[in-house]
Amino acid sequence: MTTNPLDADRPPEPERRGRRRRGGGSGRRDESVLVPDASFQSYYGHRIVKPAPWKGDIAAYLFLGGLAAGSGLIAAGGAAAGYPALRRVGRVASVGAVALGGVALARDLGKPSRALNMMRTVKLTSPMSVGSWILAAFGGFSGAALVSELGASLVDRQSRVGTVLRVVDPPLAVGSALFSAPLAAYTAVLLADTASPTWHESYRELPWVFVSSANLAASGLALVAAPVEQTGPARRLAAISAVVEVLAFERMQRTMGSTLSEPLHHGRAGAFVTASKVLTVGGALGGVLFGRNRAAAVASGLALMAGSVCTRFGVFEAGIESAKDPRYTVGPQKERLERRRAAGATDDSITTSR
Amino acid sequence: MGFWTNQLSGPTDPAVDAAWESREPRKGFFTDTSICIGCKACEVACKEWNAIPEDGLSLLGASYDNTGALGASTWRHVAFIEQTSERIEQARESGRRLVDLGMPSLRTSGASDPVTAGVGPAAAPPGTDPVADRAAAVAQADAAQALGTVPDFRWLMASDVCKHCTHAGCLDVCPTGALFRTEFGTVVVQDDVCNGCGYCVAACPFGVIERREGDETVKNVGVAQKCTLCYDRLRDDQTPACAQACPTTSIKFGDLDEMRALASERVTTLHDNGYTEARLYGADPHDGVGGTGSVFLLLDEPEVYGLPPDPRVTTADLPDMFRKAGFAGVAMLAMAAVSFLGRRR
Ligand code: SF4
Ligand code: SF4
Repeated sequence: MTTNPLDADRPPEPERRGRRRRGGGSGRRDESVLVPDASFQSYYGHRIVKPAPWKGDIAAYLFLGGLAAGSGLIAAGGAAAGYPALRRVGRVASVGAVALGGVALARDLGKPSRALNMMRTVKLTSPMSVGSWILAAFGGFSGAALVSELGASLVDRQSRVGTVLRVVDPPLAVGSALFSAPLAAYTAVLLADTASPTWHESYRELPWVFVSSANLAASGLALVAAPVEQTGPARRLAAISAVVEVLAFERMQRTMGSTLSEPLHHGRAGAFVTASKVLTVGGALGGVLFGRNRAAAVASGLALMAGSVCTRFGVFEAGIESAKDPRYTVGPQKERLERRRAAGATDDSITTSR
Repeated sequence: MGFWTNQLSGPTDPAVDAAWESREPRKGFFTDTSICIGCKACEVACKEWNAIPEDGLSLLGASYDNTGALGASTWRHVAFIEQTSERIEQARESGRRLVDLGMPSLRTSGASDPVTAGVGPAAAPPGTDPVADRAAAVAQADAAQALGTVPDFRWLMASDVCKHCTHAGCLDVCPTGALFRTEFGTVVVQDDVCNGCGYCVAACPFGVIERREGDETVKNVGVAQKCTLCYDRLRDDQTPACAQACPTTSIKFGDLDEMRALASERVTTLHDNGYTEARLYGADPHDGVGGTGSVFLLLDEPEVYGLPPDPRVTTADLPDMFRKAGFAGVAMLAMAAVSFLGRRR
């Protein structure tokens, strides 16, 4: 170390040890106040992978896409099992949610004017490409089903148009039901197929969380909008999905391990996850126990939808946070490298002695 | 089947996988950080040639680094790390450990496979016995360590760049086809196709590509941007701007095979001279991204330079992800079916 008179202006430096290039948080830090953390090194605490440049629009789309998918399924179930109110609510909701979701997706693009470039190609290695086609197909079927719904209420059942509608309606219902499951599940793959550590490592269970969340949002909406005599299936769906979601979420955290599930418990993401648990469980219980009371049904339905929103925002933000902090990238990678080395693998590391 | 098996992971020639018929030898960089002087000529030359907009002129305050990281408007980034003797000794130890582990040992099957022949580590000439080779390396490291001295402190300087991965996460996930594999085996964005969805940003295991922010006057704003390995210059048989500008030849450019051979020659020389901390990064086609098109010689652990220690292309797990999502989708249908079949009340 050289010293010169200018050094007097510097803040006092703590005793220099060899290991001062430590990080923890994101962004740049004042090194003189850096607390050494013996467990890992980083380049001035700078992030290694970049977080997705996505804003709340995408988290909102995760919810809307789920709501659309679940509603499409409820509409098809209502059509098949004879619940006209569920069918109508489901059809309107699925089209509305798909439209809003599409707008949210386009708004988040860096070049919204090129939104249609999504349909330029079909690319199986890109969940976003696959998802765009699923969304388009689902939107097509549910849009057509809604037209059929409106048509049936406007024209005479016995007229020629009425007959045509009666014939095409069931295939449309089946079509939107079949595309609802991929629509609800692909968003999990969308998040998992990234280098954001918490998203990627959640890939085994996240689809289960997301399909349940989709069912919960849609049955919540049905509880709010349909008369209580017809919401029996929606209440049952809410109960089953709540159980599946809670279990899948627990399992997901266990498979990820304590480090990578940490972002799900801190900061805003943590608040969202906690709120989602309370709202989901509360809403499902309320629906099952008091669902035949109109006011209670509405309250439970709103809680279920809010719970789904919170699940999506919680998972979304946790993944973004995990990318911002180099700890989540370096730690687990070093661990798996060491595990492989301990098992005798010497030919699969990016760092080599020659 | 052969065409499909190597699409997502494993050693392969990416230009062949991208179905190029008239392909060139795969091109790449070898960045030898042991001779980098931190002049940033590469950063400047890159900005100039590619007409990259200004993105802040501040100093970080932490070191001589003033770009911080690779990004939409920083395609070469010079990292500066000051280290004390204690840290240097640790680096020497960790490098020593790699030698002792004998990395990489050659896979015998890989050598005879016509697809991977020529993409394997060029370190061991054909016919070398890996065991004897490793014993020699260890003996050499022992001798070197005996003669090496540890300085009081040192500056590490390293010019980072896009890795032009064999299996590039950014390219795999791009939904518009804006990112593509060139005939040189490199990865390039088509500015007029990209719609700025940002998926590639999250998918790159090295945190390289980024969506350019700014107002409407900024070139290619809202579009994902990264190093093109000077695709325009390559097509005219020119050297990329950074390699041409580098005054110390720390950045070398050429056929990837040649770069890997050069790299292993250089690391051996450094080991001979007692610098066991020297190691290669990205030269092994059996790693998580199938080897990189930009090979580095580092003097400490990769994370010290802000590089991931064990990157793995996310799409390697994609078939499994789709399978798991498929089960969940079927479960969703089943949940709804059970709810509607239940007793009517
Ligand atoms: S380093 Fe990142 S941006 Fe470069 S080719 Fe690999 S995945 Fe793409
Ligand atoms: S931002 Fe552009 S280059 Fe990146 S994945 Fe989206 S469309 Fe492709």
